[in-house]
Amino acid sequence: MHPDELLDLIDKENEARSRWKHTIHICTAAGCLSCRSDALKEAFDKEVAAKGLAEVCAVKGVGCMGTCNAGPMVRIEPGGIHYGPVAPEDVSEIVMSLDGDPISRLLCKESAVFSSRQHKIVLENSGIVDPERIEDYIASGGYTALSTALATMSPSDVIAHVVQSGLRGRGGAGYPTGLKWTTVAKTGSRRKYVVCNADEGDPGAFMDRSVLESDPHRVLEGMAIAAYAVSAFHGYLYVRAEYPLAIKRLAKAIRDAERHGLLGNNICGTTFKFGVQIRLGAGAFVCGEETSLISSIEGNRGAPRPRPPYPAEYGLWGHPTLINNVETFANIPPIIRNGGAWFAKTGTEKSKGTKVFAIAGRVNNTGLIEVPFGITLREIVFDIGGGIPEGRNFKAVQTGGPSGGCIPAEFLDMPVDYESLASVGSILGSGGLIVMDDTSCMVDVAKYFMEFSRSESCGKCLPCRTGTPQMYHILGRISEGGGTRYDVQLLEELCDLLKNTSLCGLGLSAPNPVVSTLRYFKDEYEAHILDKTCPAGVCAMASGRMVRQ
Amino acid sequence: MNESARIVTFKMDGREIGAREDETILQVATDNGIFIPTLCYLEGLSAMGGCRLCMVEVKETSKLVPSCVTYAREGMEVITNSERLAKYRIMLLELFFAERNHICAICVANGRCELQNLTVNLGMTHVHFPYFYPRVPVDASHERFVLDHNRCILCTRCVRVCAEIEGAHTLDVMTRGMDSRIITDLNQAWGSSVTCTRCGKCVNVCPTGALSEKGKAVADIAVKKQFLPYLTRMRRGKQ
Ligand SMILES: Cc1cc2nc3c(=O)[nH]c(=O)nc-3n(C[C@H](O)[C@H](O)[C@H](O)COP(=O)(O)O)c2cc1C
Ligand code: SF4
Ligand code: SF4
Ligand code: SF4
Repeated sequence: MHPDELLDLIDKENEARSRWKHTIHICTAAGCLSCRSDALKEAFDKEVAAKGLAEVCAVKGVGCMGTCNAGPMVRIEPGGIHYGPVAPEDVSEIVMSLDGDPISRLLCKESAVFSSRQHKIVLENSGIVDPERIEDYIASGGYTALSTALATMSPSDVIAHVVQSGLRGRGGAGYPTGLKWTTVAKTGSRRKYVVCNADEGDPGAFMDRSVLESDPHRVLEGMAIAAYAVSAFHGYLYVRAEYPLAIKRLAKAIRDAERHGLLGNNICGTTFKFGVQIRLGAGAFVCGEETSLISSIEGNRGAPRPRPPYPAEYGLWGHPTLINNVETFANIPPIIRNGGAWFAKTGTEKSKGTKVFAIAGRVNNTGLIEVPFGITLREIVFDIGGGIPEGRNFKAVQTGGPSGGCIPAEFLDMPVDYESLASVGSILGSGGLIVMDDTSCMVDVAKYFMEFSRSESCGKCLPCRTGTPQMYHILGRISEGGGTRYDVQLLEELCDLLKNTSLCGLGLSAPNPVVSTLRYFKDEYEAHILDKTCPAGVCAMASGRMVRQ
Repeated sequence: MNESARIVTFKMDGREIGAREDETILQVATDNGIFIPTLCYLEGLSAMGGCRLCMVEVKETSKLVPSCVTYAREGMEVITNSERLAKYRIMLLELFFAERNHICAICVANGRCELQNLTVNLGMTHVHFPYFYPRVPVDASHERFVLDHNRCILCTRCVRVCAEIEGAHTLDVMTRGMDSRIITDLNQAWGSSVTCTRCGKCVNVCPTGALSEKGKAVADIAVKKQFLPYLTRMRRGKQ
């Protein structure tokens, strides 16, 4: 598709849009679909047709609006009225009220506070465009970054913008994206690959899934721009098989993009070509680790190998490979559209842009949020999250999943960025954020994550393979009332060993939940060991019943 | 070996050492008579970096690096033995013992076992981690060999020799974490394997008593691993 044809298509879309007096947006991402938003959409379709409004009122399936715990969500434009939860019985009332006042009983309480502190770059289209229609994405400015890059920028110009943007990898480690692209671009090989890491193995995380379900073309566009920048002609999207809706939408998006000449040969009428294939992962956490992911795409056992050599130099089938996370790629189109300097205006000095978080746990508003770096934890938990339910006390927030740690109340006013979180013993990770109140037991939390690491360890290296079950058993003993002070010493020894000798990131960071709870909540460990009680009333002996002496 | 590899000089345990840039720290150390312990590495097989015993300190960084996959670099300073390394190595050995059922007194490899020898050499005297005592089977279905999972340390030497040298790829690893097991073909009894050529290479490289030959006296089954470098050299020469 030539840039002119893109413009024609945008005109046509806008003309169609201008005929609509009202648009009813219904969330069709997995969260709302699980509360039958598909039936809701059908009901709206029928009602609109029955009332003879089909000419002036559009019913549109869109992606995630973020307020997942109020689903199924409906938004009415113009007006930006958020309703949720909406039942099929409410449909006719909503359609009747389109020209009148909003229905107050259905208004989504969370949406106002939820959106006030947010800043959307990655999710700018989420809940707005129909993820299954490429025309909708294009009309919202999609693929202009790719066509502009191909028409007016050299690969090194593209990389210069990414470097200038200060974007860092959103998959966990926060490695500077521009630097990674530069390395891959500089390696002299005629065969290179671009890989999108959509494995998302962290328990409770659904940021990447949501982006793929809500705006799949954005990721494809980001990958194509990356391919142009590093001169790769082939790409893989590694998605876990547990994400069927994301996979279905991606497959359709790839087909549509190919049909419109935005993927495949002669992209945007130039000589540039880039093809993308989907690869399904069977759902092992370790397959998110980049060398494991490569091994899995190659058809081998998904186990990491020692790095260096890094994939940028020696990746898929031995060729230079650029691996980035879904959210990292999703940031690329706006960076190219608006320039690296524009992006760098948001965030802190070393952490630019925004971050998508999945906020869950003991907090009033759970769901998906996107906030600028530098926002404080307090703003996230108390303003956007709406505070702790039932008037209870905040205890800690767990970030970074099984590789992260628990951050206690004293750091609530700390700005959220890569360095700050690391300085208090946690990590930003991929964006899972679990809020805990005084009903959470920190020994139990540490045990939960150690159980995860233990069962997800690939078994290739000794310290992780046998160290994680050792730690899990010690934590189990403590939580059952059979722990001794010597157990704490053993735990500390094992944490140190794993942190220093494991082969890959899983084993290297598996001790973090234990280290951070020992650091900030040692008194809880002591209560379990010395007083044989669980202060939060979670563990076995809380009921006064001692399992082991 | 790459003919055009440059020569680098660096320090190892305070000694000035010259090496080719395509040699690993472990190879250089061995050539210079410096002992670095390892259980999964074997000359002639690809390195897997799994046992972590060969980790060494490098001056510029606080991170430890596995010497079997780290290449010598100009000007680097390597320390192959320190109090910190000794502590970790002993803990790693202890973890091996706690992981499966290593009962040396009744093991076919008693006296010629690399795991046992290392505990003596590195000064491990007892295991201070709880034992797991997992229930693991013995596969004695092969007419010539026995695979006793109780003694297996998952070094995958057998897997690599079978795939890389014999070219059969009969052996592999199944499941993950502590449940990892060496399997033959698609987890069938070894005796019914149609790919195994009965060459015995796997038995020859196993560092413990996990793989043994039936009906041989303990003293006769000394680990024979010299054949590997020889085979690789000869094959390369022919190409
Ligand atoms: C055990 C483990 C699991 C990981 N899982 C993921 C994952 O699910 N998704 C992801 O994007 N990165 C994951 N990573 C990080 C990747 O290895 C890699 O750093 C990332 O995909 C690079 O992309 P980025 O630079 O855009 O962040 C994982 C790392 C480790 C060690
Ligand atoms: S650290 Fe754990 S997951 Fe990583 S290679 Fe070692 S055993 Fe496998
Ligand atoms: S005997 Fe030879 S072919 Fe059979 S499993 Fe062992 S190494 Fe492989
Ligand atoms: S059977 Fe022997 S060679 Fe094979 S993995 Fe186990 S210990 Fe290593």
